Amino acid sequence: MLLADRLIAVGLMALSAYFMWHAYALPIGWNGMTGGPGGGAFPFWLSAIMLVCAAGILLRSFRNGTADNTSKFFDIETLGSVVSVVVALIVTVAIMPWGGAYIALPLFLLWYLKIFGKHGWVLTLCLTIGTPIFLFFFFEVTLKILLPKGLTQPLFVPLYAIFF
Amino acid sequence: MTYPITRRLAIAAAASIGLLSAGPVAAEGWTPERPVEMVIMAGTGGGADRLARLFQSIIQKENLSTMPILPVNKGGGSGAEALRYLADNEGENHLIMATLNSYYTTPLRTDIGVDIEEFTPIARMALDTFVLWVNADSDIETLDDYVEAVKASGGTWKMGGTGTGQEDSLVTAMLENEFGISVTYVPFSGGGDVARNLVGGHIDSSVNNPSEALGFYQAGELRPIAAFTPERISAFPDTPTMGELGHDLVYWMQRSFVAPKGMAPEAVAYYTEMFENLSQSQEWQTYTAEKALMADFLTGEELQAYFLEEREKHADLLNAMGEGS
Amino acid sequence: MELLGHLADGFATSLSPMNLMIVIIGVTAGLFIGAMPGLGSVNGVAIVLPLTFIVPPSSAIILLAAIYYGAMYGGAISSILLGIPGASTAVATTFDGRPMAQQGKAGLALIAAATASFVGGTISVILFTLFAAPLADVALAFGPPEEFALVLLAFTTFVGLGGDDVLKTIIMICLGLVLSTVGLDLISGQPRLIFFDQPGFYSGVSFLVLAIGIYGVGEILYTIETSKSAPSVTPAKLTFKELKYGLKEMNKLWKTMSFGSIMGFFVGMLPAAGATPAALMAYGLAKLTSKTSSTFGKGNIEGVAAPETANNAASTGSLLPMLTLGIPGSPTTALLLGGMVMWGLVPGPMLFIEQPDFVWGLISSLYTANLAAVLVNLALIPVFVWALRMPFTVLCAIVLILCLVGGYAPSQKLHDVWLIVGFGVIGYFLRKADYPMAPLVLALVLGPLMERSFRQTLISEQGNVLAFVERPLSATFIALSAIFFLLPLLNMLRRRMRAKTTAGKPAE
Repeated sequence: MLLADRLIAVGLMALSAYFMWHAYALPIGWNGMTGGPGGGAFPFWLSAIMLVCAAGILLRSFRNGTADNTSKFFDIETLGSVVSVVVALIVTVAIMPWGGAYIALPLFLLWYLKIFGKHGWVLTLCLTIGTPIFLFFFFEVTLKILLPKGLTQPLFVPLYAIFF
Repeated sequence: MTYPITRRLAIAAAASIGLLSAGPVAAEGWTPERPVEMVIMAGTGGGADRLARLFQSIIQKENLSTMPILPVNKGGGSGAEALRYLADNEGENHLIMATLNSYYTTPLRTDIGVDIEEFTPIARMALDTFVLWVNADSDIETLDDYVEAVKASGGTWKMGGTGTGQEDSLVTAMLENEFGISVTYVPFSGGGDVARNLVGGHIDSSVNNPSEALGFYQAGELRPIAAFTPERISAFPDTPTMGELGHDLVYWMQRSFVAPKGMAPEAVAYYTEMFENLSQSQEWQTYTAEKALMADFLTGEELQAYFLEEREKHADLLNAMGEGS
Repeated sequence: MELLGHLADGFATSLSPMNLMIVIIGVTAGLFIGAMPGLGSVNGVAIVLPLTFIVPPSSAIILLAAIYYGAMYGGAISSILLGIPGASTAVATTFDGRPMAQQGKAGLALIAAATASFVGGTISVILFTLFAAPLADVALAFGPPEEFALVLLAFTTFVGLGGDDVLKTIIMICLGLVLSTVGLDLISGQPRLIFFDQPGFYSGVSFLVLAIGIYGVGEILYTIETSKSAPSVTPAKLTFKELKYGLKEMNKLWKTMSFGSIMGFFVGMLPAAGATPAALMAYGLAKLTSKTSSTFGKGNIEGVAAPETANNAASTGSLLPMLTLGIPGSPTTALLLGGMVMWGLVPGPMLFIEQPDFVWGLISSLYTANLAAVLVNLALIPVFVWALRMPFTVLCAIVLILCLVGGYAPSQKLHDVWLIVGFGVIGYFLRKADYPMAPLVLALVLGPLMERSFRQTLISEQGNVLAFVERPLSATFIALSAIFFLLPLLNMLRRRMRAKTTAGKPAE
């Protein structure tokens, strides 16, 4: 817990420094001529406050360090599941631009329900097939929000001809 | 109820058979095969967005397109996002973009790797006008009163407008140059916001488009001082133009549609015809008359020439403004 | 009495069988759209708007009002059941709604949200009917300094109440505010914080992306880790008896609800503010004045009722500047405004005089739509509660899919979907390290308005910082924010003093 707390504080400090570097591209000072702070002032000084507070947390953890050294930050047993879900999400989003949502999302469902959730085939297939159909009718036909198609684009041409 | 669906099914079946046998048939009479994305260079709720959605509604109502036209707002970075999107979709036939003057100014102001010369012009629907407004409670009746009041304020005169570098600030810069005055320019997030703040007395004047100030004008809350047009605007017959008052100040906001580089000529023809029909519709005619828009339809090469000429003008304007300060 | 005549005419049209059917369809559709994370009234109105040019105008208005109300009610559903606020207005509803659902009281929370929304809607429509015209002037009195002071007040009502680690809260507020500055700086017209030169950042980081990432993906990751053995969501049941109990509970909250509605209406009416600050301030005030304030954030029914009355009231209130000034307070009202233009109406001060039929027709539609929305909502609660009884892995899979699609829908950019996954992972870590999430999300919502109005004021006043306290309205708000900020500090000090005297040693 303690180590993780410190690592997160350091991470936040790095993040604020990165923000400050970006914001510095714009004027960060107080310009009397145009009245008030420049375009970079808000992000810069707010990031600076963030940096100071994160440093404060880091220092505090050194000062009363031994307090809760016992509790673990991660539950090792279930950490694996979290990592695999994150990886699955990343893979799904990565497939979307070229494979389209109608390949990526069912694949995700198939993996999640069958392999990760260990559900039966009936439930898995119902949801894997039913979800894209629902998405098509709810988002595309009703709300006219087109989802990414990628390679599958030509397959949808006849469907559009029917439903639009 | 069943009839249209069976008919549609038949068309669809025919279409898919056509696809299977002959591949994409695009020769004469090209029609979109899927919904057409209409990218709007501005966020939801602004003047450009409202106009684009009006077009969508008329197209749907008058059945001007076989596939729905779907508006998508990509207003980030004064339209930089939309321009990049258009540039990234080279050769796409199902994408058009509703533009405003940031079509020129945004690529001029920041390097976003987009050259508008490459895009395919479709149609210019209208030119929006600009008018100098003050609160009806003020003593300012004429342009001379106005210039005098601004000079007397010693630089604290509050001129409201849209974001810095956008149209309103350019018109303000033109005013400052012409009359040798200096104002405090207060940027707001939209023209409607500007008009409200003018009525509420939080700013001293604005250069709103007539459509944004019309409601307040009719209620007697705002007073037009002069129009930035060559001829008087029919909705404000008593308001002189800048030209009449001896100042050569004219500024338009163009409302046009463009398409990505490399769109098939058949598709360009399809959209051009669609907008031509749109420009002749009853709804559009009434709207332009009521909102003091100049419906000035222009297409093809002429439109491209117009864009390039305007880009030159804006480059000069931005330079004169001392961009960056 | 002319007013009553107009209203009666309006009701006569809105109660015809055809229009009643339209209301029910509209409300149901709106409810489902609102309940989807990522979708809200703006999507509902956007699809219906073109249709309204085909049906008769009176039915069109009713359909729009029904969708508008339905979606507002729906927003609370995903906040309570999934803990994902579907719209920024529903963030405050998650604070207590989500814990209630986890304790198996999802049904009760949904009943509370529905009745509270109804009360908020009704009170605000009545206020609207009575005071629409004179109130337009109040909205005009709001310039940039007042806007800034109001946002500041919204912030402090909330921040002052938090029981979390002060340093961590400040970090989260700053992070949210910094994220809110990504994109284009309106004042200087320059792009800023375009990370890795990605064009997606030009439009900034949207609230929905952050909320879906943190409350959707992040929360699910957290739940997967902590509850693989024991699901954290207690299955809820809903019986008629519970409904009666719920309504009885709500009956005790009249003070909270009427206060929330009135405040919601007035805050929502101010052009720039809208329903999000209204809901927050109502939550803060309810907590401050409640007898059971210690259970706020742990599943207090009052913490659901207060923001829900306020956001519904505010959504009605936000119609007022649209109609009387032609200024849309939200994307949805902007669309409605476009629709009115299409119907040949000119929103603005003259609308009430020149088009009384339209205005009062709309107001009576609001009454009808509100009533229909609460009935349909109550009838559907068992369906929503049943959804929670799904096996945990099934529910998670579906919610994750909805997060991805719902995150894509508003902007139609894959960039935003990547951000959702990213925020999900970051949110998961921060949450584990006990960083509070609500301040982050709220700072992102209120940040742009705060920065803009602050800088607009300073530009107008040539850099004079005192401008904020020189104007009576903004000075009042700033004084109130100071009180809200100091009150919890005083309370804490008093408690510490007492702890010191009773226990004889410093607390902590």
